[in-house]
Amino acid sequence: MSKFSKKKSGEVPAVSTASLPDIVFMLLFFFMTVTVMKDNSLKVENILPNANEIKKLDKKDRVIYIYVGKPSKEYEKVYGTEPKIQLNDKFSDPSEVGSYILQERAKKHQDLQNFLTTSLKVDKNANMGLISDIKSELRKVNALKVNYTTYEGDAFRNLQ
Amino acid sequence: MARREGAPEVSAGSMADIAFLLLIFFLVTTTIETDAGLDRMLPPMEPPEDDVVIKQKNILQVIVNRSGQLLVDDELTDLKALRLKAMDFLDNNGDGTCTYCKGKKNVESSDNPAKAIISLKNDRETKYSTYITVQNELVGAYNDLRDREAQRLFGQDFTEMEATYLDQQTPPSEKEKLKEKVKQIQDLFPQKLSEAETSSN
Repeated sequence: MSKFSKKKSGEVPAVSTASLPDIVFMLLFFFMTVTVMKDNSLKVENILPNANEIKKLDKKDRVIYIYVGKPSKEYEKVYGTEPKIQLNDKFSDPSEVGSYILQERAKKHQDLQNFLTTSLKVDKNANMGLISDIKSELRKVNALKVNYTTYEGDAFRNLQ
Repeated sequence: MARREGAPEVSAGSMADIAFLLLIFFLVTTTIETDAGLDRMLPPMEPPEDDVVIKQKNILQVIVNRSGQLLVDDELTDLKALRLKAMDFLDNNGDGTCTYCKGKKNVESSDNPAKAIISLKNDRETKYSTYITVQNELVGAYNDLRDREAQRLFGQDFTEMEATYLDQQTPPSEKEKLKEKVKQIQDLFPQKLSEAETSSN
């Protein structure tokens, strides 16, 4: 077997792509750490309003989420177009909010049970009637710490 | 015939493709969650033991109707003017006991920040976005006044101090120090924002 002939000198050497995987892995790890997996699929439209006097929410394990909004396109036929409450993965009545909160609270670690926040993720086109029903349910089960979750932005943009 | 010299090198060329595939998978399946909002405490269910009589002048009544119009103390008000109006009301210092207030000392308005209560009432048909804007402006009024006092006392914005205090990455020793300052400012302008039951008509 003969040896390969030497390349002619003066040719530009190819750029090594050996470090490309490293760069991509770096990107990958970045995205893996900054993003959170969606844990329940939204069945309601959920465009939050804007506010600028906001505070960051507590750690994820101390938060219970309640979604409110119009049922999204594929559920419109069955559930209509009036705003609904979504707890976990199903549409619910305001009367079920209390038991849902108690159930979620029982799942959390005992030390955290007194520090839970209820995050209300409400679509900006929902009516206050439904929200006040939820609020009175929350008061019944003594879950008084609520957070109206919003996007950060100018609050007056909500009015348009 | 070719004679092998040691094990052949595994090509690493496709590694990038695999990594890209993973990257795209994560990009598609994850969302950057919004995790900020307006913190509020709801009033407890049991009514207080004895009825406290509150003077009418110590209450700023904010009513939002179904079409998003705003009535502040029986006066039709623009949403943009709400913040200043709330600040004037809180900072009024009617009885002169508040040494740090810069208000007009109007006898018709609140006595001092500790007594001033903002009462928010809304209709069942009020849009949520309008409600949030009103809430935002009222919280903003408190924050602006607290910022002013924090700047005077500690040369720092209150909102900033509070954010550092609540941040999990702040070391405990610093937290201890901030805790008292935050508490002090909060007591200067206690947030008394009452949310009445919604009216159905």
